[in-house]
Amino acid sequence: MYELHSVTHVYARRGHHVTALDQCSLEIHPGDFVAIVGPSGSGKTTLLSVLGGMLAPSSGRVLFDGRSLYDLNVEQRASLRGEKIGFVFQSFDLISWLSARENVQVPLMLAGRSSEYQCRRAIELLKRVGLADWSGHRPSEMSRGQQQRVALARTLANEPQVILADEPTGNLDTETRQLVMACLKEFHQDGRTIVMVTHDEVAAAFAGRRIRLASGVLQELSLRNAA
Amino acid sequence: MRLRTMIWKELWQQPAPMLTSLAAVTLGVTALVTIQHITVSSEEKIAGDMESLGANVLVLPPQVSLQDYYAADMHREAMPEEYVTRLDLARMAGVENLAPRLCVEAAVDSIPVTLTGILPHNEIQARSAWQGLGMLDGPVGTERGCCRARGADAGVGDAAAAPAAGRTIQKLGRRELILGADAAARLEACAGDRLQLLGEDFRVLAVLPATGTIDDSRVFAHLHTVQELSDAGPVVNVIEIMACCEDAAGSLIRSLSRELPNMRVITIAQVVEAQLAVNGLMSRLSWVFFFVLLLVGAASIAGVMYANVAERRREIGTLMALGATRGFVTRLFLGKAIVLGLTGGLVGSVIGTVAAVIVGPQLLEIAVRPVPELPAVGLAAATGVAVLASVLPARRAAGLDPCLVFSES
Repeated sequence: MYELHSVTHVYARRGHHVTALDQCSLEIHPGDFVAIVGPSGSGKTTLLSVLGGMLAPSSGRVLFDGRSLYDLNVEQRASLRGEKIGFVFQSFDLISWLSARENVQVPLMLAGRSSEYQCRRAIELLKRVGLADWSGHRPSEMSRGQQQRVALARTLANEPQVILADEPTGNLDTETRQLVMACLKEFHQDGRTIVMVTHDEVAAAFAGRRIRLASGVLQELSLRNAA
Repeated sequence: MRLRTMIWKELWQQPAPMLTSLAAVTLGVTALVTIQHITVSSEEKIAGDMESLGANVLVLPPQVSLQDYYAADMHREAMPEEYVTRLDLARMAGVENLAPRLCVEAAVDSIPVTLTGILPHNEIQARSAWQGLGMLDGPVGTERGCCRARGADAGVGDAAAAPAAGRTIQKLGRRELILGADAAARLEACAGDRLQLLGEDFRVLAVLPATGTIDDSRVFAHLHTVQELSDAGPVVNVIEIMACCEDAAGSLIRSLSRELPNMRVITIAQVVEAQLAVNGLMSRLSWVFFFVLLLVGAASIAGVMYANVAERRREIGTLMALGATRGFVTRLFLGKAIVLGLTGGLVGSVIGTVAAVIVGPQLLEIAVRPVPELPAVGLAAATGVAVLASVLPARRAAGLDPCLVFSES
């Protein structure tokens, strides 16, 4: 699925150079559930951005399904994200002026699906996360747990091969955290690859692989079957 | 869901700033459409007035001061009728028609009237209101065609014979009269009646329809009859010249002055030019208002769009993370601008047109008819300005880093 070869990324901030990723090499196979852990500022988000095709590294190669991700242009990478990569964000990042159903429809619209298909698929996904009755509600009218479930439904809209999750349980209570992780586990059991950045040890325990990132350096902590 | 659905929903998410921008665009288009409508109608009215006025150049004796164009032939100063022939032979480009006039005071049954001697066919050409009566038809001896040099379509012999030929084809006989509408009412006369004037018996050939000019109060007879009965000799008070407007305003006046150096040559174009200048000023002012208000609208739209981009950074990042291309984000913002421009242009055009149609007759005494091109111009300009004002904010939005959606960004 992913191959990272000696990936380095250096940020220039106020005249100083900060190495977020330092000669990182990593392979993520189809069906992996990977948790990336590490302290704040260790480069976890940079790694996720690189994997998402949104941040070209300073050096090194990133292969996705055998293709060099950053040999594609910006528009091609955007299309690739729409088709094959799903995102789960810590702040859910639903579009505030769209309803739950319309939020789920957004990736489908961007992929050029018909309005009828968008609608049908969105309702189907909202049913799957238990929010069929909330399809007409805006995010501001929903609880945080419900918002994250809508975001999860949106992630699945185009049936992505890989899901990149950025602190998916960061803003949630214990009950909702369990619910979200159960959803991610279910997505993984469907055959999808999950790469999750988290501080949450409980969430990390769901992953088959745990990788520690400290000062831009990767360290494999464990390799076992996902919980 | 489609892009336009997103645009529409996003616009209504925060309507207040958008409505403010819309108001500025609408005001700009309203100002333009209203003033331009009134200007166009005013110019049409002037053109119509010029048409009914007929002559646009006057040749007057040098002692005469032109206080009132319509009374210019009532000054009792005279010049030789031979000047008409001289002007006719000069073949000046742009001269449509020469119309000499001689006015004398007379009375019909003790009712004072102004008897005006004319050469009828020339008068027909000079006064469109007289045309279509069907009483004075036939070839016109001095027809030259607008803006064409006389030599171009008339031989020397024809030109020399033109005034004489003109007289021989008149159907207004030596003892026939044409009455202006007011004169006919005062004299209680109609076509076919007989009237005593300067001791001679005349038959009324026709009564002119009301023209709203001084001609309504006049009694017209053949120039040579008036010269003969008034013992004035072969003279006239004024030679009215119907000329092409551009010639009347330009080289023709110099040519006339050279031909008749002792005469006073006045062009009504000078008067018309003043009015046209006012119209032009109004028109330019309307464009100034339009551009100022559109600039305000554009600045407002640009400000709102920039603020919108700043507010929606995370949502734009989310869209890009979900697969939105830069083109999509650009279209999202430009789409909003097009909606604002079209709406402002349309509303402004409708209000401007209705305002002009209502205000024109009431305040300016000008009947205003809707000009279809003006709303189209307003619509296109408003949309163009709104789009231009949004290009930079849209580019900024499309250039946002999608990584900003991540927690540590």
